[in-house]
Amino acid sequence: MAAELSLTVNGEPRRAASGSSIADLVTSLGLDPKKVAVEHNGEIAPRSTLADVPLGDGDVLEIVHFVGGG
Amino acid sequence: MTDTSADTWTVAGRTFRSRLIVGTGKYKDFEQNAAAVEASGAEIVTVAVRRVNISDPKAPMLTDFIDPKKITYLPNTAGCFNAEEAIRTLRLAREAGGWDLVKLEVLGEARTLYPDMRETLKATEVLAAEGFKPMVYCADDPIAAKQLEEAGAVAIMPLGAPIGSGLGIQNKVTIRLIVEGASVPVLVDAGVGTASDASVAMELGCEGVLMNTAIAEARDPIRMARAMRLAVEAGRDAYLAGRMATRRYADPSSPLAGLI
Repeated sequence: MAAELSLTVNGEPRRAASGSSIADLVTSLGLDPKKVAVEHNGEIAPRSTLADVPLGDGDVLEIVHFVGGG
Repeated sequence: MTDTSADTWTVAGRTFRSRLIVGTGKYKDFEQNAAAVEASGAEIVTVAVRRVNISDPKAPMLTDFIDPKKITYLPNTAGCFNAEEAIRTLRLAREAGGWDLVKLEVLGEARTLYPDMRETLKATEVLAAEGFKPMVYCADDPIAAKQLEEAGAVAIMPLGAPIGSGLGIQNKVTIRLIVEGASVPVLVDAGVGTASDASVAMELGCEGVLMNTAIAEARDPIRMARAMRLAVEAGRDAYLAGRMATRRYADPSSPLAGLI
């Protein structure tokens, strides 16, 4: 079992400790889980489950929020 | 005596006083954006869903300047070129903020940013089935507008001219036809360049107007935001007042009798 996970977050490679949850990843990036939305391997990860969902090696995540737009 | 106090409009069961919706792109900074929104009197702003800047997570956010508890955020799908991208974007938007009143736009090409109506219709059907209330950016095609309504669009939003062009309402006949045939609100979205354009849209019977560039790229955006607020109100009043009929020739305003 790998000690570290290889992830792709917002198109960039990232590593995370094995056993981390999505919420762990979000907070480790300095983000507030309440202010973003997360897509985990192509599916929306409901905010209520972020702390419960474990990350897997090779996972692809998109973390988004609102910006100005027309 | 005209009662101008209760001229509200309703979309997806939500009632608003202001008939001007503004975008939040192209501003110099968040402060200017917030000041423009304030001057415009808008109660709804459109926002885009984008990746968080992971390398600068503490960068200021739009929500720090425009309070989503006071102003209704309308997530849009700007930058989406197919139904799947648009649907995915709106699912994320709903997850981020709980909003189900959303603006759908599916673009066909970057040069004209004209809507891809086939993908737009597909996306509207899927979103409506998932409980979204999509306000839909579309071409000024009265038949397509009806199809979108039948597919679950809660508002029809035809363009007056290409996004960001400022060319004004180039298609008054077709917009009027859409207004006449619609059972949901029709708002002009795209093409407004100056105040008179907004008034024209309202005089055609639209429930409202959405604009971004017209305000953001004005030399004085705050002043233009105020102008737009007045223009939308003026156009709406003129529409409700019932304009005079046009004549081919003159009809004097002063009596002909009693000339010296």
